[in-house]
Amino acid sequence: MTSNKKDPVLVVLQMSGAYDAMNTIIPYSDPNYMGYRQELGLTPDQVLAIDDKVAFHPAMGPMKDLYDQGKVAVIQGIGYPNPIRSHFRSMDIWHTAEPEKMGTEGWLGKAIRDLDPTSENVLTAVNFGRGLPRALALPGVSVASVGDLETYGVLTGIDGEDQRMEALDIFARMYSPLIGSGPANDYLSQTGLDALKGADILSTAPEKYHSTIEYGGGPFPQWVKNIAQVHLANFGTRVLYTGLNPGAFDTHANQNIAFPRLWSEVSNAVSDLYHDLKEHNQGEEVIMLLFTEFGRRVQENGSGTDHGSGSVAFVIGDAIKGGLYGEYPSLEPAKLDEGDLRWNNDFRSTYATILDKWLGLDDHAILNGAYEQFDFIK
Amino acid sequence: MDNHDIGLMAHLMRRAGFSAQYHELEARAAKGYEATVEELLYPEENPHGMDLDLAERYFVEWSHHARGVPEYFAFRMINSRCQLEEKMLLFWHGIMCTADSKVQSYPSSYQELEMFRQYGMGSFRDLLVEVSRNPTMVYYLDNCLSHKGAINENYGRELLELFSLGVGMDGKFNYTEDDVKEASRAFTGWTLANNVPGQPYGRYAAKFLFNPDDHDEGEKTFLGEKGNFNGDDVIDIICKQPAAARFLSRHLYSYFVADEAQVPAWMDTPPRDPETIKMLEDEYFRSGYNVRAMLRVLFHSDAFKNARFAKVKSPVETVMGTLRLVGDWTAPKPGFEFIFDEMKYMGQEILNPPSVEGWHTGREWIDGGTLVHRINFTAEFISDTMQPGIKEIIERLASKSPVISSEELVDGCLRMLGHYELPEQTRQMMINHANNAGELRTDSDGFATQVTEMLQLIAATKEYLYA
Repeated sequence: MTSNKKDPVLVVLQMSGAYDAMNTIIPYSDPNYMGYRQELGLTPDQVLAIDDKVAFHPAMGPMKDLYDQGKVAVIQGIGYPNPIRSHFRSMDIWHTAEPEKMGTEGWLGKAIRDLDPTSENVLTAVNFGRGLPRALALPGVSVASVGDLETYGVLTGIDGEDQRMEALDIFARMYSPLIGSGPANDYLSQTGLDALKGADILSTAPEKYHSTIEYGGGPFPQWVKNIAQVHLANFGTRVLYTGLNPGAFDTHANQNIAFPRLWSEVSNAVSDLYHDLKEHNQGEEVIMLLFTEFGRRVQENGSGTDHGSGSVAFVIGDAIKGGLYGEYPSLEPAKLDEGDLRWNNDFRSTYATILDKWLGLDDHAILNGAYEQFDFIK
Repeated sequence: MDNHDIGLMAHLMRRAGFSAQYHELEARAAKGYEATVEELLYPEENPHGMDLDLAERYFVEWSHHARGVPEYFAFRMINSRCQLEEKMLLFWHGIMCTADSKVQSYPSSYQELEMFRQYGMGSFRDLLVEVSRNPTMVYYLDNCLSHKGAINENYGRELLELFSLGVGMDGKFNYTEDDVKEASRAFTGWTLANNVPGQPYGRYAAKFLFNPDDHDEGEKTFLGEKGNFNGDDVIDIICKQPAAARFLSRHLYSYFVADEAQVPAWMDTPPRDPETIKMLEDEYFRSGYNVRAMLRVLFHSDAFKNARFAKVKSPVETVMGTLRLVGDWTAPKPGFEFIFDEMKYMGQEILNPPSVEGWHTGREWIDGGTLVHRINFTAEFISDTMQPGIKEIIERLASKSPVISSEELVDGCLRMLGHYELPEQTRQMMINHANNAGELRTDSDGFATQVTEMLQLIAATKEYLYA
C-alpha cells in the first residue's frame, strides 16, 4: 500500500437465510449435478460460465461482469468444523468466529476495537438495518446502527434550538455511566452517548452525496447506497455492514421464484456500489465481503433445498485478485458429508486474510489462532 | 392508598399487560394484587375484551390488499380489557413465529393469532398440536412439502429447536439429527387442504388437511422411544421431557420476570434464577403442562415481585405502553398504520419477526438507531397536552397546591409514569433543571409545558428504557 492512500475500508454484506451455494456458483458440467437437481438444475446454456467446470447463476450477471474484470474472489467450499444446520447458531458462528463454543464477541467488534483502540471515532463502524448483527458487538465498542439515514437524530421533537441544546446536554449527562450499575446499564449508557455524537455527524452525509448511480428501491439496495454515502462523506468509517432482509434466502420451497429475484437484487446492488466508488475514484480503498451462514442440501427436496453445509463466499473490489479460491467440493455421493457438500476451507481463513492483509490487524489475536491465508488481496 | 401497592400494581400491569394509567392502577390496587392476577388469568369471564364491531370496520382482515391484520392485533393490545391474553398472544407469536413476508395471507395469519388467544394459556401440549395443525405454520415451515419418503425437515427441526425443547440443556444436546428426521417423518401428511391463497384471491384462509396416503406409517425412533408415531405422539413424547419444562419456564421467566440470555445460548448458559425456574418446571409437570397454572405461580413468586425494571422494554411494549399511558387510540381512527410502523423502526414488527427464531430481546433491542427512534417517539407522545392521559397527569400535579417544589414535580412525574425510579444523581439533575425554570405555579399558562418537558426528559432516561 502506498503512503498517500486512505485507510482501507471493509464492507460486509450478509445474506442471511443461507443461499444455495450449488446454484450460486454452479458445477454445471459435473455429471452428478443434474441428478441431484432435476427441478432446480440449470443447463450449460443457461448459466454464466466461469470456466468449463463452474458458472455463476444467470441472475448474477452484474457480479459475473465484475468477475470478468478480475474484481471478484470466489471462495469455494467455505465452511466451519462440525457443521450445524441451525440458521441462528450458524450465523452466530460466522459472527463470533467461534465454532466450538458459544461466543458473544463479534469478530468485527474486535477488529473495530483494534482499528480505534481509544474509541476516538464513534463512526469507526456503521451498520445499516434493523438491529445490530452480533459480528459488530463487543462491550466497549460503539457502532452506529442506522435504520434511516435521512432522519437520524436524538430528541428531534423538542422545539426551539436553545431548549433542544439544553435537553441534549442533560441527555449527555444522564447517559454518563454510573459506577457499579451493571453491564446492561453500561451498554445503554455508551449507546446513548455514542448515538448522540454519531447522529450529528451522520446527518450531514446525504447532503454531501452526489452520484450518477441509481440504486434499486428495496431496503437492501438503499442501505448499500447509504454505505456509499457514508464512505464518501469521509467520516473515517472503516467497517460498513448491512444485510438482506433476514431469512430471505431460506428457500425450502419454490426456490426457482425467489432465488433469481434475490440474486438479481443483490448483484445489482454490489455492482452499483462498486461503480459508485469508481465514479468517485475510491475503488481502491474499499473491499466487500459477501457471505451466508451455510450451504444447502445437495439433493433438492422437490421445489427447494433444505439446510446443508459447504458454501461459497465472495470478496469484491479493485484491490482484489479475482479468481477462484478453495476447491469446489466433490458431488460424488460417497464424498458428501451426510448429503451435504464437504467444506474444505475454514471461513476463518478468509477472515484472517482480510484482517491481516487488508485491515493490517493481528488476525491471530482476533480469531484466537492462526489460519492459513488466501492470496486474494493484491 | 399505599404507594407500595400502586408501585407493585404498576409493575404487574407493565409485565402482564401493556401498562396502565394511574387511576386504573389505583383501582386495581384497591381490589388487591391476588384478585387482579386472577382477573388477568381468566379472561374468559370477560369474553369480549373489547367492542369489536367498530374496530373491525377499520381493520378489515378479509382484505388482502389493504393492511389490517397486524394493526388490528396492535389495536387490541391497547384496548383489550384482557391484557394478559394479548400479552400471551405476543409471547407465543415471538416463539412460534410465522412471517407475513413468506405467508402473504392475512386471513390465514389472523386465524393463527386467534389460535394463540384461544390456546395460549391452556395446555402446552394442546397448543403444540394446534400449532402443528395450523395452516399458516404448515406453510411457513414447509410441512406441506414434506412427504412420505421425501421429508422436508424444516418443521421437524424448528418444532424441537425453537418451539419446545431447545438445542440443549445443562451442556447436553436435547435431540439428535436423527430425531429431527424421525419427527419430520411423523408429521408427513399434515398438510393443507387448499394452497395458501395468493393475491388477488387471498380473501379466505388456508385449511389444514391430514392426508393419510402421504403419511409415513413406518416405525420411528424418537427420543429413545419406538413406535408407529404420528405428529400427536411426537408431541406427547416432547411434553414429557424435562427439557420441555425447562424451555417453557425459561421463556416465561425471560418474558415476564427478567431478561435471560438469548435462546441459542441456553444449552450452555444456566438460568439466571435456577430456583424460580425449578418452581416453574415443577408446576409444569404438576399441572399437566398448564400454562395458566405456571403463570399463577410466576406472578405470586418473590422473584417476579422483586424484579421491577429488570427488563428492557420491547418495542411493542414501548409503543403500546405509551399509547395506553397517554390515552390515544382508544377508538379507531384513520392513520394507525403510522403507529404500527414505529414498532417496526424500533426493531419489532408484528407478523414479521426477523426469522423463525423470533426477536432477540433484552439489551439487544437497543442500538444506536433503535434507541434514537424509541426516545423520539415516546417524547413526542408524552409531551402532547391534548392527550387525555397527559391532561390527567398535569391536573393531578396541579391539584396539590398553587405552587409546587421542583422535587414534587420530578417525583410526581415519575410516580404518574408508573412509579419509575431514578438514580439520585439523575434525579438531582432533573430537580436542578426544574429549578432553573423558576417558580412552579400550577395555575400558570406555562405549567403544562414545565410538566411535559420533565416527562420528555424522564422518557429519555436509561431507566425509562426498562419495564
